[in-house]
Amino acid sequence: MTFKILRFEPHRDEHPHFQFYRHEPKPHDSVLEALKDIRDQQDPSLAFRYSCREAVCGSCSLVINGRIALACRTQVSDLGSDEVVVEPLPNLEIQKDLIVDLKPFWEAYRRIEPFLQAPGETPEKGHRVEEKDLERVFQYITCILCACCYSACPVATRDGRYAGPAALAKLYRFSVDPRDGRPFSALERVDGPDGVWGCDTVFRCNDVCPKDVRPADGIEGLRRKIIAGKAKRIFGRKP
Amino acid sequence: MIRHDLLIVGGGLAGLSAALSADPRLDVAVISKVHPIRSHSVAAQGGINAALANHPQGADDSCDRHAFDTIKGSDYLADQDAAALLCSRAIPTMYDLDHWGVPFSRFPEGTIAQRPFGGAGYPRTCYAADRTGQVLLHTLYEQAVRRNIVFYEEWLVTDIIVRDRKLAGLVAYDLAGGELIPLRAKAVIFATGGYGRVYQKSTNAYINLGSGIGMAYKAGIPLKDMEFVQFHPTSLLGKNILITEAARGEGGYLVNAKGRRFMEDYASKAMELAPRDIVARSIQTEIDKGNGFEGQYVHLDLRHLGREKILKRLPGIRDICLHFAGLDPIDRPIPILPAQHYSMGGIDVDATCASPLEGFFAAGECACVSVHGANRLGGNSLLEAIVFGQIAGESASAYLRSGPAEVAGDRETAEAARSLMSRMRAIHEREAGENVFQLLNRLKRLMSDTAGIFRDAPTLSRGLEELAELREAYRRVFIYGNCGRYCQEMVVLVEFEHMLEIAEVILLGALRREETRGSHFRTDFPKRDDAAWLKHTIITRSEKGPVITYRDLKAGPYAPQERIY
Repeated sequence: MTFKILRFEPHRDEHPHFQFYRHEPKPHDSVLEALKDIRDQQDPSLAFRYSCREAVCGSCSLVINGRIALACRTQVSDLGSDEVVVEPLPNLEIQKDLIVDLKPFWEAYRRIEPFLQAPGETPEKGHRVEEKDLERVFQYITCILCACCYSACPVATRDGRYAGPAALAKLYRFSVDPRDGRPFSALERVDGPDGVWGCDTVFRCNDVCPKDVRPADGIEGLRRKIIAGKAKRIFGRKP
Repeated sequence: MIRHDLLIVGGGLAGLSAALSADPRLDVAVISKVHPIRSHSVAAQGGINAALANHPQGADDSCDRHAFDTIKGSDYLADQDAAALLCSRAIPTMYDLDHWGVPFSRFPEGTIAQRPFGGAGYPRTCYAADRTGQVLLHTLYEQAVRRNIVFYEEWLVTDIIVRDRKLAGLVAYDLAGGELIPLRAKAVIFATGGYGRVYQKSTNAYINLGSGIGMAYKAGIPLKDMEFVQFHPTSLLGKNILITEAARGEGGYLVNAKGRRFMEDYASKAMELAPRDIVARSIQTEIDKGNGFEGQYVHLDLRHLGREKILKRLPGIRDICLHFAGLDPIDRPIPILPAQHYSMGGIDVDATCASPLEGFFAAGECACVSVHGANRLGGNSLLEAIVFGQIAGESASAYLRSGPAEVAGDRETAEAARSLMSRMRAIHEREAGENVFQLLNRLKRLMSDTAGIFRDAPTLSRGLEELAELREAYRRVFIYGNCGRYCQEMVVLVEFEHMLEIAEVILLGALRREETRGSHFRTDFPKRDDAAWLKHTIITRSEKGPVITYRDLKAGPYAPQERIY
């Protein structure tokens, strides 16, 4: 088989280029395993990120034959092609080869205050929370912060200030947690075009998410919460 | 020169926990070779133990019972006071984690849900479906963001600098910058995790090369009980991805090719929920006897649990099976076999996480307190990482408050960074040589072949001989790429040197311990020998090679008894 892999060392090369490798993966090899074998046996200079190899650490998000996916969870045989094209995530600066700079992604994440704000000290016997009240939280906790959605999002592509799907879904996850006590003003910070109203609702985030988080549901949920919160402020109750 | 009061190496659960418990007035930074949430803690699945007594069948559970199970599970090699400390801090820790945002699964009355786990007398494993490690790691990282903890992400620590028998500094490879950087601190906490990838078949992340342990050893800090290597009973055939013990906790069966629940022959009472050493050995025995499928695996059967329970309690396992084995455990049994999973041994520290090197602390899997002794119970590693991470943060803070004398070492630390870079360049300038990735594969095969579940003197000796050859080959190592930015070859080259030390200490400890205890099964010494071996193995590096001593256990309330489950 042929592996066509994007190479780029911005400190040396003027432009990225493709390098071709002949490699026969073992049956059931993932794209990540193939990349590792190519590196180990043919080209130790090839750079890419990896860690868990079981789709839970979020390191190996790449573009594989044109689709954004985790390399560890993409089986070579499922691609049904003799050529495998591997590129870094789009819309982020390439640091080297398949490694991109995730700084904008993490900055957006930090801006939404991505932590539970439970008021007061730890209750002596813990919080009493019914599981049904956590159901809405459970949808979002499978997010592995792999940045597939951020990279696929057309709005984040054209507007670097846009928070992006993962961060907004994370904010929604906290805002519906019965233990959370953040003020409405925390949601108002995303009440604008660089927040929830920036979303084009083309649902690319839902399509590419490897963990079925459906971040757009979170954005939609935040929109409803913000409208309801404003209405409450104006009319003193929910409309 | 980069300076901090306290440097924490490792951004997994133990490292983050240490950062959060350190005195906030101190200047603290965390160094991690990956972004913290890519750390291997994220892959833990089944749960975390605490005697909350929330389960209807666990109403009279207690810290003492948790400690007893931990000690019995350890085959009596745990330090009993340390195990008691771990278990007593478990309960308030669970409530803190809940308050910080961990989305634990719940019982109908709103309390934290608990499930049965191996070797435990009561259902005391708290969980968030089968993604417990992920939610714990993300939550602690979120709290670290809240506290504005400083991170050096994608920096690999390569050296510990010691001066006048005190910690002086560290050297780290900044992957994005491509440079070796000297760092100074008065105290350091190592929370660098396990060495799973010293073995060929391991449930661990690819990054778990374990160099932190070898680095400490090279700096003169002793390693303890390294011969005790946990093999998890259930890893997925082919990829060796972990299939959580919770699958058995929820009622899954282990079945051999004859269709028999063979655990009846090995642990008739606890069955599939015997401790991991016993279950892993039983599975391997069945496979070796020819009772496995295709001579290499058995089945973990969840079908009788039903679709609803699998979807609710084990959704991550189902995902793993669908994506990595192409089967749905609702309809088909899962092919599994044992694989290396955890290191009970590690850097020799006491119950305050202090090592014999002043200013140097360690916590989590890289450290050995010891609370796990010869065999760790499932659900105790997340607990240990968090609790002893906290203790390390507290101890290092207390040490810094005590006003330790300034250690001069700017020159040595800077010099160490320069000399490593020139060594890398010299290796790069060779005309040809050994490929480090291939050396790593050889090491993995060697360790799997000679220091696996079943061991004997001739095989372990052969392992040591082959290791010496590998050490020789490493002297001829060559960098094919360049010593620049994001050079994984350099990462593995640096880590491999430390892995050679780890492998030697495991093999040596295993060869000398002429008994069977917990995970360490000697076919030529198949019985536990409390009279001769109720003691910790301590191995220290010297110029002439490893020096082995033994340390007697402190007496505790529980006298060793036979482990029948």
